[in-house]
Amino acid sequence: MRREIKGMLTGLGVTFKTMTKPAVTVQYPHEREDPAPRARGVIALKEENCTVCMLCARSCPDWCIYIEGHKEQRPPRREGGRPRSVSLLDRFDIDYALCMYCGICVEVCPFDALFWSPEFEYSETRIADLLHDKYKLGEWMETVPEPEPLELGAEVKGKK
Amino acid sequence: MIHPLLAIDVGWGTTLAIKTVIVLGIVPLTALILGYTFLLKMMSHMQSRLGPMDPGGFHGWFQLIGDGIKFLQKEDIMPGEADRRVFALAPAIVVLSTFLVFVVIPAGPRIRVASLDSVGMFNGVGVFYALAVSSLSVIGVLMAGWASSNKYALLGALRAAAQLIAYELPLVLAVVGVVIQAGTMSLQGIVSFQQHGALFGFSGLGFPLILTQFIGFAIFMVAAQAELTQPPFDMPVAESELVAGYMVEYTGFRFLFFFIGEFGTAFAFAALAATLFLGGWSVPWVHGTAADLLGPFVLFAKVMLVAFLMFWARFTYPRFREDQLQAIAWKWLIPIALFNILLTGVLKVAFT
Repeated sequence: MRREIKGMLTGLGVTFKTMTKPAVTVQYPHEREDPAPRARGVIALKEENCTVCMLCARSCPDWCIYIEGHKEQRPPRREGGRPRSVSLLDRFDIDYALCMYCGICVEVCPFDALFWSPEFEYSETRIADLLHDKYKLGEWMETVPEPEPLELGAEVKGKK
Repeated sequence: MIHPLLAIDVGWGTTLAIKTVIVLGIVPLTALILGYTFLLKMMSHMQSRLGPMDPGGFHGWFQLIGDGIKFLQKEDIMPGEADRRVFALAPAIVVLSTFLVFVVIPAGPRIRVASLDSVGMFNGVGVFYALAVSSLSVIGVLMAGWASSNKYALLGALRAAAQLIAYELPLVLAVVGVVIQAGTMSLQGIVSFQQHGALFGFSGLGFPLILTQFIGFAIFMVAAQAELTQPPFDMPVAESELVAGYMVEYTGFRFLFFFIGEFGTAFAFAALAATLFLGGWSVPWVHGTAADLLGPFVLFAKVMLVAFLMFWARFTYPRFREDQLQAIAWKWLIPIALFNILLTGVLKVAFT
């Protein structure tokens, strides 16, 4: 019985103490709290890195990425070589009305064309406006933070 | 001497009209005040959030009034199988019981709707009347649950009936101690007993009965909590088990009636507790016209204090189980209340 009464009084104490402390709520439109720098706000596209490999579109669980592309002939790198063929994007749309922010596309991209940006204020009054085309996705690139420095002693991959 | 402002002579019809308007205005107003201060604001801060902040500009004071307007313009839905007349009457009866309690609560030596100090052969029935009409709401609740033709509503109503009847007893028994000590059932008499009383010969504080009737006060608060079907005793409206109990089929202004009834009754019980245990409108040494002017504010302050305790418990504890609820009433509160009556009686005889 004593234990129960002690427990009940402790409960009252907890609620009272919480009441005297300031609330943790942030009044969003009036004041804003910046999200963590690596927060998953929006996906940005670096178009020149994209090779239209379609890995992101195929791995997307929601099928919210739409890609169209074509191939073009480019002059050979060396004198007398064969002309190169490069793939170019015609269309790269992400439908944020469908996206569930899993980040699989960013993970799966082999050429670092997709990045997370912490921007989150892109709500629209029309649901169709949530389909961001490649120009809009390219604009998000400015908001992508610099990659975090590697941990001490980490092996630097890649050429040079 | 009566203050000239209070001595204006008006006919009984005008007096009645003024009283009616005041009561009709005060009950929803008290519901709004309690709902806003405690349900919206205090509960939010106890959960480390802010609650409504925008409606009305200042800390969301307009939120509940806006909700009321919203309820008024909603469609009034009545289930096809409902017992139409009973269904429509039920919320009115719940609110009626709230209104009837307000009738006897004095807010000053002369500020009251009716004192019921001499009804026929009875000399002062204020306490008896208040406790009797406050339990009228159970009829409204049962009617609502039955007429809704909904299993959950009926379950909720039956739970409410079992609960309200079980806690009616400790509520009444807790007050008996006060009545024995004050020697009167008139609320005005109990207040004046507390105002004129002395504490070991020191009359500066009056004699709030909570000092001797603290057991009664604790039982009264627990029982009032159950009478109001507030957490931790909210099985009749347990939304995770019964959706919303007897209110499940009600929409629009009928639902609003239940809301006003809930918070208006909370205010009424807080006012009863303040009157019975904390001295009501009285301030020692303040008498006559000054007490009439000061009384409502003193009473309001005390009511808010009591309501704070009620809502504090409401926002702290989770719901009991149905059998625990009954066990608390019958195995704990009623025996303790009976013991309190015995003790009060013995001590009263011993000391006078």
